[in-house]
Amino acid sequence: MKLWKSLLAGAAAAVALAAAPLATTAANAADQTRIALVVKGLGIGFFEAANKGAEEAAKELGDVEIIYTGPTDTTAEGQIEVINALIAQKVDAIAISANDKDALVPALKKAMDRGITVISWDSGVAPEGRAMQLNPSSTPLIGNMIIKLAADNLPDGGDVAVLSASATATNQNAWIAAMKQVMPNYPNINLVATVYGDDLSDKSYREAQGLMQSYPDLKAIIAPTSVGIVAAAQAVEDAGKVGEINVTGLGLPSEMAGHVESGASKSFAIWNPIDLGYSATMIAYNLAKGKATAEPGAEIPMGRMGSVKLDENTEGAMADPFVYDKSNIEQFKSIF
Amino acid sequence: MSRETPESRLESRPDSRRAIPDRLSTPGARLLRSWEALLLAVAVAIFVANCFASPYFLDPWNLSDATFNFTEKAMIAFPMALLIIAGEIDLSVAAIIALASTIMGMAAEAGFGTPALVLVGLGVGLVCGAVNGTLVTRFGLPSIVVTIGTMSLFRGIAYIILGDQAYTSYPPGFDYFGQGYVFWVISFEFVLFAALAVLFGVLLRRTSFGRMVYAVGNNPMAARFSGLRVGRIRFLLFLMTGLLSGVAAICLTSRLGSTRPSIALGWELEIVTMVVLGGVSILGGAGTIAGVVIAAFVLGMVTFGFGLLNVPGIVMSIFIGLLLIAVIALPRLAARLAPRRA
Repeated sequence: MKLWKSLLAGAAAAVALAAAPLATTAANAADQTRIALVVKGLGIGFFEAANKGAEEAAKELGDVEIIYTGPTDTTAEGQIEVINALIAQKVDAIAISANDKDALVPALKKAMDRGITVISWDSGVAPEGRAMQLNPSSTPLIGNMIIKLAADNLPDGGDVAVLSASATATNQNAWIAAMKQVMPNYPNINLVATVYGDDLSDKSYREAQGLMQSYPDLKAIIAPTSVGIVAAAQAVEDAGKVGEINVTGLGLPSEMAGHVESGASKSFAIWNPIDLGYSATMIAYNLAKGKATAEPGAEIPMGRMGSVKLDENTEGAMADPFVYDKSNIEQFKSIF
Repeated sequence: MSRETPESRLESRPDSRRAIPDRLSTPGARLLRSWEALLLAVAVAIFVANCFASPYFLDPWNLSDATFNFTEKAMIAFPMALLIIAGEIDLSVAAIIALASTIMGMAAEAGFGTPALVLVGLGVGLVCGAVNGTLVTRFGLPSIVVTIGTMSLFRGIAYIILGDQAYTSYPPGFDYFGQGYVFWVISFEFVLFAALAVLFGVLLRRTSFGRMVYAVGNNPMAARFSGLRVGRIRFLLFLMTGLLSGVAAICLTSRLGSTRPSIALGWELEIVTMVVLGGVSILGGAGTIAGVVIAAFVLGMVTFGFGLLNVPGIVMSIFIGLLLIAVIALPRLAARLAPRRA
């Protein structure tokens, strides 16, 4: 049994030694506002970028410590374990991007019962499980942005067409409707057609080819879908129409980097995860400190991002989608 | 822990024709017997380290919250321990949770009350266990293959029923199983866990059925020639594992207050880890419920302790992996050194 004892004693001592420095940092942090940024899973570029934004906000605020955490696998059960550990640490606020909008409600309710401010961002939680939800953007803002991106590159106006996902896609239809509402602000821009690529690469590619053949004067294709925008850019490149037709809309920097470089797409938009992490932190801080309350109609300041206005479901939109072009695509293409 | 020798127990049973030791008597046998003692020491070491590491660890409510990390998994680990001791395995347990939870969700949507939902959960568990048991015992298929198959089958059905939807309308009162407290910080789940631990402990150590499980695991052929109905014992064990998966499904669904087909994803390996860490031989024939109980606490405390320090989950997985290898390797290393003393 001697072997056991010496091995065990060694192991216990090693664990205790390793843990000691961690214990002191936890104690020092007691007078700071501790905000936990809980993400869907660790090791995802989008969320790492959000953490960068949260750290930026913490630096600006001064007395904030960010706890960036999340499960290894993107499950609700994993996030509940993380939430329980955060409740135990008596953190001041939890800002979470949820893996499951319903399953987290009991755990987050418990957190709120114990005096922790809970907000959700990016992927929301059902209203009873959080004080507010921060959406990256909103339908009117996205609708306006996609037509603005096309118009900005067409000073003399011209024909544009929309390449959407499926005809029944709720998000895309709402964005296109919002876009049509603001079309009168762009009198030179003429919307000639709306086609549907069903979010399939090959179908989107053929629809884009069809648009180019049917409308020889086409100046821009607006694709408010990450699949469609890539397919359209590829179709424009393959047809040798780079410079004649500009592809824009909503896409992912990692997938669009090549097409921005080739010139097929001058610019496109999507939310910026850094801004999202920054804003979520600012809101969590203001709510935890009692500087603002999350109720319908309230306006909550979020530092350099202005303020967010809450609707009747206590949801709010952060900002216009962020524009990506040659100047910043290099920086973001490795993030998401 | 006082124990009768296996031989004396078997002699006292007139119907057993030959003595089948519950453990192979290797030189390391004595050390193997103190497995629980070793594990308990590890548990105490982790507890002490946690107390030093985080000022939040020693708080009754926090410790109570921490028990939810392992209670549901441990409920399945008990029958799984019996199954592994008998030389079989069930990898479909997490998928059974998903299917049971989904069907309970359907029943809740249809307006059934809490008692009916409990029956549905248990029933689905039993049916799934019976499917596994039949495939293994009637058709003589290896359990690892069968349950990898039913793992996809059961969860596949849940996905077909639910797709990307969720059931969220559980009746009031149903939340007691996963969120209720019996007394102060003692949760219903923890009480159930403790009761099941005692039940399975007694079943394995104090009943003839328990002895049969060891016998089947040590040598199924010898067990068969000894007059044991090996197939029936295996079938009962699969049934038991299915039933307890149903119990865990009720608790987890109640705790989450909702069902999605991805519920309990990946739990089967965590449950097998718990069983193996508890000293149950993966080759069958040896192991105790006490070991599994301590292993459940060890894993729960490691998860919670690391969570309190906000250690990333991947580091936690690495630590648990190393712990598992260390606990498995240590007795073998010791056994090599032991003969000199023996």
